[in-house]
Amino acid sequence: MKVMIAGFAAALIIAAIAPQVLDQFGWSSAEQYSNPETVRLD
Amino acid sequence: MKIKMLGAVLIAMMALIANPGWAQSAQEGAEVDRSATGGAQTLEDILRRQKQLEVDESFRSENLGNKDAAPPIDGPLGTLGGQSNSDIWREIRYNKIDPYVASPGPANKVLIQDEGIAWYKLREGPVITYGGLAILGIIVLLTIFYFVRGRIKIEGGPAGTTIERFKAIERFGHWLLAGSFIALGITGLITLMGRSFLIPVLGDEAFATLAAGSKWIHNNVAWAFMLGLVMTFVMWVAHNIPNKLDWQWLKAGGGIFSDSHPSAKKFNAGQKIIFWTVMILGVSVSLSGLSLLFPFEMPMFADTFGIINSVLGTNLPTVMTPHEEMQYANIWHSIVAFVMMVAIIAHIYIGSVGMEGAFDAMGNGQVDVEWARQHHDLWVEEVEQKEGKGGTS
Repeated sequence: MKVMIAGFAAALIIAAIAPQVLDQFGWSSAEQYSNPETVRLD
Repeated sequence: MKIKMLGAVLIAMMALIANPGWAQSAQEGAEVDRSATGGAQTLEDILRRQKQLEVDESFRSENLGNKDAAPPIDGPLGTLGGQSNSDIWREIRYNKIDPYVASPGPANKVLIQDEGIAWYKLREGPVITYGGLAILGIIVLLTIFYFVRGRIKIEGGPAGTTIERFKAIERFGHWLLAGSFIALGITGLITLMGRSFLIPVLGDEAFATLAAGSKWIHNNVAWAFMLGLVMTFVMWVAHNIPNKLDWQWLKAGGGIFSDSHPSAKKFNAGQKIIFWTVMILGVSVSLSGLSLLFPFEMPMFADTFGIINSVLGTNLPTVMTPHEEMQYANIWHSIVAFVMMVAIIAHIYIGSVGMEGAFDAMGNGQVDVEWARQHHDLWVEEVEQKEGKGGTS
């Protein structure tokens, strides 16, 4: 069960850091108000 | 017997003849006389549209005037370049215009995207209806199956000794994939169906908050799903190569209805089907998801249709507006996700309430030896040979 919770937690951690990591490459997908030159969903 | 066959063929032919699609193609071939309206649409066109029949729009989408016959700029009508206002509006309506835009971008030159309404109708209609019914259908089927078949028990009861079924890293990869898939499934359904089912219940403002949160989760958890997909593929692909044993397992129906226990290695044929379903559809849903995540940056459908056309001789569209690419990606993403959800709901059932002892495999990694012998006998033999002993308690 610990591994199951670790897997779920890892999914959330990846989700939380994804916008910042993408922004480093200039690939802003979901993050709002990031670099205005990059691709935005909204 | 022959009479029955003949009857079946006749019924099939009558159904095809009665099909509006056939009726439509029969009309398409015929020349429509539009002289009464000066080439514009006729009453017949309007009536066909009202009956939800497709109308061949080429009589006006191709009627864009003749630029080559343009009068000089200083002559009468010269400023319109030989086209009437109607010609120009039709060009805009059917995206045949090549406008100058001050802000160049992949989609900015498309002023009206005619195919968008077809996408909208498909998304709000059949995709939601049939996708929703598929999910409800599998839940109802599994519920019926549970009450008819009951829980699949360990024959003779558990042995009390256990054997390691999955290592921690395998379980981590599985739960990373599973957790992210569940999050993506729920948030995807909220995004797709919320307008129809949640706004009437929650109201606009509460749904707006929920939808924004769902969008954030969906867009960002997607990366965890893709990582989980890669991890599980690398760890388990070698055990999921189909072989002759799988055919024996399938012929016995996995022993589900006969209470038999067909032989299997680490993964039986049913698990292999789930594995390849998740891998193939998982890659497909990821690619269409990436296309949606980075709008207009990763168009895939025109090229894919080109390949399909060259292989199958079909006539799928290969020239698309950037919006149309996104719409195909959206519809495909939804359809593939629904198929995956149906498969995964069945997988969750058999891995939890449907079979005694199955959850332990992914719960703590240790399964009862008797369970393992009944469902994966050849795998137990392999493990015992490697370890030179009969399991751990």
